[in-house]
Amino acid sequence: MKTIGLEEAVAMMPDGASVMIGGFMGVGTPERLMDELARQGKRDLTVIANDTATPGRGIGKLVSAGVVRKAIVSHIGLNPETQKKMIAGEMEVDLVPQGTLIERIRAAGYGLGGVLTPTGVGTLVEEGKRKLEVDGKQYLLETALRADFALVEAFLSDYYGNLVYAMTARNFNPVIAMAAQTVIVDAAHIVPVGMISPDHAVTPAVLVDFVIAHE
Amino acid sequence: MDPQTVIAKRIAQELGTGMLVNLGVGIPTLVANYVPPGLKIYFQSENGLIGTGPIPEQGMSERYLTDAAGEPVSALPGACTFDSAMSFGLIRGGHLDVTVLGGLQVDEEGHLANWMIPGKMVPGMGGAMDLVTGAKRVIVAMQHTAKGNPKIVKQCSLPLTSLRRIDLLVTELAVISFAQDRPLLLETAPGVSVKEVLAATEAALVVSKQVPHMNIEGVSS
Repeated sequence: MKTIGLEEAVAMMPDGASVMIGGFMGVGTPERLMDELARQGKRDLTVIANDTATPGRGIGKLVSAGVVRKAIVSHIGLNPETQKKMIAGEMEVDLVPQGTLIERIRAAGYGLGGVLTPTGVGTLVEEGKRKLEVDGKQYLLETALRADFALVEAFLSDYYGNLVYAMTARNFNPVIAMAAQTVIVDAAHIVPVGMISPDHAVTPAVLVDFVIAHE
Repeated sequence: MDPQTVIAKRIAQELGTGMLVNLGVGIPTLVANYVPPGLKIYFQSENGLIGTGPIPEQGMSERYLTDAAGEPVSALPGACTFDSAMSFGLIRGGHLDVTVLGGLQVDEEGHLANWMIPGKMVPGMGGAMDLVTGAKRVIVAMQHTAKGNPKIVKQCSLPLTSLRRIDLLVTELAVISFAQDRPLLLETAPGVSVKEVLAATEAALVVSKQVPHMNIEGVSS
């Protein structure tokens, strides 16, 4: 793990990159990274996340700034801008059931080609997917989903990059930290090694490439 | 009593001690207000919490502790938090006793449509498809009609949430069971006749000779 400045971290991400972003309605989303992505005027990102939050919050900032070409998410209902851009054809939105989305990401991080889920069988979600019967029950084959970058918000990082999350801000964060080529973390607190008990570390430091330096 | 309160109070009677329960946004959220004191129910919020408590007192909310709509909540003693993979493992894996969701349409087959109106409203399914597919018991809370049009129909015209049949439907007029092949009218709301329910319902309901009223405290029949 290395520490990195905010501007430099965002400069690493090229236009067109695929980026997984932690957070659930903006809770657990690294806000400073959202602000900097918008400020640097990134283009054509594929964002993989639970939702697009609300305008002015979390991923909503990226949608407003025109950073996102495609969003792979489970919910856009609380962001009218995403819906408007989707209808206008300015943004592609791939809606995935939430449990399927997180399992596709987990599958990538765990070295699996995909998962079999009963969710979506017999609905619009099954279109174009393989259906398999196992022990008399129907499942959809949902393939693994990986990305170039994962942007993670943690509550604590120690100097090595072992991570602890706070309450409901955990959500997608530890899962995306397994599924991307480069993992960038913004932690609310950076603490000395030893402050985090081995039993309490959720994400092992070995998965973390960069922690954003505190000013 | 307004329709939402009737629905929430009646559904609260379906919950019991030790159950893991997920409440959707809207009317379902109100159910928690009518759980009898002393009943120990584990409420799950799918953003990663078991032990969801009431809205915190003013000034006591914390940006890291929210419900599935991103709004501040509190947590009860014994609460625990986890990531989204475990949250949906609980939902799909047969660990969730009851899910209570809103609905746009329910049909004679017990199929629920609640996630989109093509060309009009495409909010995304969020966790709804996993909840309906995976929970041990699915209870739908919705108003009986929308602008005078039936929402309990012969066949859903809107995209389905799941092929899995719901178990129980509670509206401000009636309680309808989908445990058997055909929907069965179990109860009507206080002051509401079977005839009124049938007139507001497009789907064919099985009606027994005696249909009792909902027994919800504070309502005079």
